[in-house]
Amino acid sequence: MKIHEYQAKKLFSEAGVAIPNGIVVKDPADAAKAFAELGTPVVVVKSQIHAGGRGKGRFKEHPEQAGVVLVKSPEDAVANAERMLGSTLVTIQTGDEGKQVNTLYIEQGLDIAKELYLAIIVDREVGKPMIIASTEGGMAIEEVAHEHPEKIVKEHFDPGIGLQPYQVRKLSNALGFNAVTQKSASVFLPRMCEFFVKNDCSMAEINPLIITGDGQLLALDAKVTFDDNALFRHKNFDELRDSSEEEPAETRAQAAGLSYVKLDGEIGCLVNGAGLAMSTMDIIKLHGGEPANFLDVGGGANVDQVTEAFRIILDDKNVKAILVNIFGGIMQCDTIVEALLVAYDNIGITVPLVVRLEGTNVDKAREMLKASGKQIITANNLSDAAQKVVATLA
Amino acid sequence: MSILVDRNTKIITQGITGKSGLFHSQQCRAYAQQHRPGEDVMVGGVTPGKGGTEVDGFPVFNSVIEAAEKTGANCSLIFVPPPFCADAIMEAADAGMRLIVAITEGVPVLDMAKVKRFLQDYPETRLIGPNCPGIITPEVAKIGIMPGYIHQPGTVGLISKSGTLTYEAAWQLGQIGLGQSTAVGIGGDPINGTDFIDLLEMFQNDPGTESILMIGEIGGDAEVQAAEYIRDNVTKPVAAFIAGQTAPPGKRMGHAGAIISGGSGTAEEKMSALRAVGVEVSESPADMAAAVQRAIANAK
Repeated sequence: MKIHEYQAKKLFSEAGVAIPNGIVVKDPADAAKAFAELGTPVVVVKSQIHAGGRGKGRFKEHPEQAGVVLVKSPEDAVANAERMLGSTLVTIQTGDEGKQVNTLYIEQGLDIAKELYLAIIVDREVGKPMIIASTEGGMAIEEVAHEHPEKIVKEHFDPGIGLQPYQVRKLSNALGFNAVTQKSASVFLPRMCEFFVKNDCSMAEINPLIITGDGQLLALDAKVTFDDNALFRHKNFDELRDSSEEEPAETRAQAAGLSYVKLDGEIGCLVNGAGLAMSTMDIIKLHGGEPANFLDVGGGANVDQVTEAFRIILDDKNVKAILVNIFGGIMQCDTIVEALLVAYDNIGITVPLVVRLEGTNVDKAREMLKASGKQIITANNLSDAAQKVVATLA
Repeated sequence: MSILVDRNTKIITQGITGKSGLFHSQQCRAYAQQHRPGEDVMVGGVTPGKGGTEVDGFPVFNSVIEAAEKTGANCSLIFVPPPFCADAIMEAADAGMRLIVAITEGVPVLDMAKVKRFLQDYPETRLIGPNCPGIITPEVAKIGIMPGYIHQPGTVGLISKSGTLTYEAAWQLGQIGLGQSTAVGIGGDPINGTDFIDLLEMFQNDPGTESILMIGEIGGDAEVQAAEYIRDNVTKPVAAFIAGQTAPPGKRMGHAGAIISGGSGTAEEKMSALRAVGVEVSESPADMAAAVQRAIANAK
């Protein structure tokens, strides 16, 4: 689960991690008030969307307007806010369709001595959280890793023990901090690690992390992702969810206990199991088609779930054919076909439907399909299924 | 021969009074009875608070340690819900279970970080999973949720991050007369108990295994590390398939660990790392068994 910069900063601040002063603005008129309240000669107006690359992003409705701007007067703040709020920001991460900006975060201007990069992720291989830091602030870390791998420092810490003082000294040395900044780091870094663990983050990124003129560390940006598996112990995160940032079909699928990811192709897929669902997309592509989605109906798919899965697939207007690929294990093929036939009647599927079944009770299930008299194309194996579904588009 | 599971494995189920815990315990018991009539393989279960009762002939205990003392169990199969799974794994390790198979999907990543650290104090314990279908040594023991009959006994060691894709592979292998020595699902979570390398080592050392099929997916770099391990340590023929060649970056594909982040963890980079060390990589999921055949033929 992703949250906005302003929400992440509020949580930072509650955890004692230093952030600049900032005010949330949803109405352009409030931008002037925010400017006055912040009281610095320059303030920064920042679009709040989940995607990155906001500073370089531009609005569809106002091609000259950047997603993050420096302004020097209350009038200027309002004028920018008017162009930004309600408009569509396109960044390198949003795709061409962009994202509507509904919230601005206005921050005080700061005396910046240096920009750094700081992130905490979970290192899967080691099985521990890991700090990644670099002196190259403001750049994408992938770029730094590619061009200056020597400028990236990494430090694991144990989630039960937290970041120790010697680790702060090690990081401070590696990043060239002076005594004043090291002192600031001795508070900032352990608190960030605590924040990460306490909130079950899967990623917390600060880019840039700045050193102010007087040597203090401050989170100038904040990008936080929570571990979806841990949301059960953070009920308060519900109010941080911005449904306008989520793909409606994905939210709908989640509610039905399905796992769905929308793609751009024309062949809808309905599969049991995540690995098999990915493989089904892959084999469609290998045979010259383009998958419209990833969809895993899970291990216990019933009539309601299969019906909802078909509805979600068919709501995507790009879908011109559907491939159902089921490997019946404990979930038997005939149970799936039963659900499939009911769903077929409930919905009235009008695009070609190719079904590939294998596994437990497959013969009975194939008989049921045949006996139903419905316009369903059956396939003998994975390749056959992919070829047949691609052929329906020709 | 086989790895991890043999005729001495005695299994209890943590969470046996839950719906899927009971159902799959019954299935595992039926599989054992079919192939080893008269032997006691599934010996009971644990549900705190329900000790002293019985469910469908399985004695239920309050704790793993008690179950171990009374039944001689050395393996635990875990079905408890995600919030309690880490605790269940740690309890099983502390009670001396040599093999722990966690089926549970949805365990928080940092819980697994703690479990991994905890298990360092129990070097004799091996955890498989979580979020996995389990382990099967065909016609000896099934410890998990896979349909037993699709796994024929044989000489292919099968390692996979995915459930139904493992079934698909076992079925394809069966079509061309290749069975498995043991099939292990390592699970699709970012942090798991056992990874490809551990199992590659076991299969390399297992006299009953003549070739290996590993099935990976996008996310992380376990498959790339496995490739390095294969180059230096594995002499048996290896074939591989990586799911998610068409997966978009930044999107989680069902499994918690299946995500391409920061441009790394793609199927392409894993496939080329494996190819570079001589692994027979199958481009198509329909071609996994054939890839094993090619790997065996190439080695001759």
